[in-house]
Amino acid sequence: MTRTHHEQDAHPVQAERGQDIAEQLCEQVRRADANATPLRIAGGGTKAFYGRPVEGETLSLTEHHGIVHYDPVELVVSVRAGTPLTELEAALDAEGQRLPFEPPHFGPDATVGGAVATGLSGPRRPWAGAARDFVLGCRLITHDGKQLRFGGEVMKNVAGYDLSRLMVGAQGTLGVLTEISFKVLPRPAATRSLRLEMPVETALERLAEWGRQPLPLTAAAWHDGALHLRLEGGTSSVAATAERLGGDTLEAEFWNNLREQRLAFFGDDDSRALWRLSLPNNTPALALDGDMLYDWGGAQRWLKTTADAETIREAAARAGGHATCYTPHAQGGARDPFTPLSPVVAKYHRQLKAKLDPNGIFNPGRLYEGL
Amino acid sequence: MNILYDEQLDGALTRVDKAAVLDDLQQALPDMTLLHREEDLRPFECDGLSAYRVMPMLVAMPHTLDQVETLMRHCHALGVPVVTRGAGTGLSGGALPLEQGVLLVMSRFAKILEVDPDARTARVQPGVRNLAISEAAAPHGLYYAPDPSSQIACSIGGNVAENAGGVHCLKYGLTVHNVLRIEVITIEGERMTLGSEAFDAPGFDLLALFTGSEGMLGVITEITVKLLPKPESAKVLMASFDDVEKAGKAVGDIIAAGIVPGGLEMMDKLAIKAAEDFVKAGYPTEAEAILLCELDGVEADVDDDCNTVRGVLEAAGATDIAQARDDAERARFWAGRKNAFPAVGRMSPDYYCMDGTIPRRELPRVLMGIARLSEESGLPVANVFHAGDGNMHPLILFDANKPGELELAEDVGGKILELCVEAGGSITGEHGVGREKINQMCSQFQPDELSVFHAVKSAFDASRLLNPGKNIPTLQRCAEFGAMHVHKGELPHPDLPRF
Repeated sequence: MTRTHHEQDAHPVQAERGQDIAEQLCEQVRRADANATPLRIAGGGTKAFYGRPVEGETLSLTEHHGIVHYDPVELVVSVRAGTPLTELEAALDAEGQRLPFEPPHFGPDATVGGAVATGLSGPRRPWAGAARDFVLGCRLITHDGKQLRFGGEVMKNVAGYDLSRLMVGAQGTLGVLTEISFKVLPRPAATRSLRLEMPVETALERLAEWGRQPLPLTAAAWHDGALHLRLEGGTSSVAATAERLGGDTLEAEFWNNLREQRLAFFGDDDSRALWRLSLPNNTPALALDGDMLYDWGGAQRWLKTTADAETIREAAARAGGHATCYTPHAQGGARDPFTPLSPVVAKYHRQLKAKLDPNGIFNPGRLYEGL
Repeated sequence: MNILYDEQLDGALTRVDKAAVLDDLQQALPDMTLLHREEDLRPFECDGLSAYRVMPMLVAMPHTLDQVETLMRHCHALGVPVVTRGAGTGLSGGALPLEQGVLLVMSRFAKILEVDPDARTARVQPGVRNLAISEAAAPHGLYYAPDPSSQIACSIGGNVAENAGGVHCLKYGLTVHNVLRIEVITIEGERMTLGSEAFDAPGFDLLALFTGSEGMLGVITEITVKLLPKPESAKVLMASFDDVEKAGKAVGDIIAAGIVPGGLEMMDKLAIKAAEDFVKAGYPTEAEAILLCELDGVEADVDDDCNTVRGVLEAAGATDIAQARDDAERARFWAGRKNAFPAVGRMSPDYYCMDGTIPRRELPRVLMGIARLSEESGLPVANVFHAGDGNMHPLILFDANKPGELELAEDVGGKILELCVEAGGSITGEHGVGREKINQMCSQFQPDELSVFHAVKSAFDASRLLNPGKNIPTLQRCAEFGAMHVHKGELPHPDLPRF
């Protein structure tokens, strides 16, 4: 018996090219491993700011692009890591489908690999799921320069450890993602966005109440005296819910601007650092200095502040969450962008890194010093 | 098939003296229930895969986390393997004991610690039954989505260990999509928290890695799950087909119409007949296949979707379409499906349940392959299929009292799984590898991929004491099994130690 993987690329020439490029990438990894040369894994560079700076020889994935396999009826798409995110989204859109976790681009050059490696998700995340929830499988170059496959193109697969999901958010520190298979979903029949003026305390109360009801809610953000809501679903339920909730109509573009950090709130015309607080659903307003924008129904909060990292992290931890600094250290952000791990968890991070990348070549230090 | 632990193939275990281990643990844990007499151990010799039985050396039934911690430290120091068990309902032998091991039974950790309706979470101990979580959340209009068919008995700890599914996975996801945080005790007796009450946690996604890891990386001691608001309305359509292929195609047509059903199940003629004889669900016994399509959500949308799906089913050539008129009829439609396994059990002294997944487009080809295997072996196969997400449960009927039939059934089962792998699918969608599918893992993965799994394992359990012999086969076993990826009998990495 042989294993078939449906590698019937839409374009045989592209398939061959893809294999050639993958082999070149493997070769570069093998060389780096042999010489213990650190590699800085790069896609479009739009998320290079996210995490600690990496010093190393560049391993560029941008030439490794293209959709390998897309079967809309299966709700599955497999894409090479260097594929522009816009290209993938356009292909899905043409079939009335989408990536439900609406990954941020942060620039026109954003790649699929970068979106998965950083594991970031947009405003729909609490209702639809995160990047990791839609990754079904991947191909990965290991430290010894072998391209291996984990997971697959099926919805359910519990054979072996879930290496594909482990790679989401690992920022390339455990291996090089070369191809990713996603579960995709149809776009809903109807969408409407609303703006309701109310203070933040009222908004959080309402969101807790609505959270227990089967409403077609897929985004909720509070800023500057108003709660912004997005409804998505069937035509009937969206219309009925919009009627019930009231408020003013909001341009749908608001959500793209929020996801891409293009709202005025995110303007880089001040010297304060930008922080992301990830918190449990029902966290009340926190007493922190600065401007706050509430996304994810209050579970993700953007804070522009001059407060120090310790104060912010303490407040987030007390509420059961954690805080990430989005402003690079070089531009005045915290030295450690990610919340430090507990000693036991850190120990197993180190041990896992040592097993999968014994010579420390993959994006060393990107997440944490020494990892 | 050499299903029981074989030190030649699965790795050497430390020689230990039962009396000495018993003495050490009794001294260290005087208040913990520790079973050691044969009559007490007997009830634990198998899990839901009852064809395979092994008497554990000892059964530990702790009721405090300090006891679990101490137990792990001592087992680690003594080199004694630990197999963790929840409710023992698993179908792949994941909790099959080891003769030289301690069976750690987590059933006394059975408290729901907290239901937080505003955060929409529940914090529970691992021994809590799956259904009990939804029952506790019900007064708040919430529920826990994953619903494996054993949900009245299976425990949430086992669900996490196996990444359990159910009939609503396509829309609501597997266990991994519905767990926020777990508390773990490592083999060295350390405690750690993976995930968080928030939607994410810093560092690697070890929560995802531990979910479905079959007790190989740590012992899960507490789980925080997401709760969802109960759908306002749920309606079920049942469509009959005179041809299995047409039913399979209808599944794709429903998805292509932009509908994501809450549940989409298919049963073939033999499964229909078994279910109908057993629970009188009102199934059309003359049909070659039926589809059950549940649409849930806001009432108005559900009605719209029902109309759309009805049109799709008609166009796909359904010979009859019935919509459950009320909740009682809806429950009856589902009762047939949910009782399909025991129903088939009534038709035959024994049955063997498979769990392969395939891309849906491969369904006709795989079903034909299964029919051929059934014909060749003379063993009837009933097909029950989570059609929406491509997860097949062929049930192979056999009689274990007839010499050679169990082996024949295992052989047919193994070949069915290989069909799934060839079709681009997986040997297990939701039941896990456990001990049952350890050899088929050699078909699913290449030796290099298995080596990465072993590397992951060694990062958390270097001495291989947590559930050894399950989930990931050794390269030695794959070589012996005649793995397809061992080229001309040469193992890759001849320099690697073979355990």
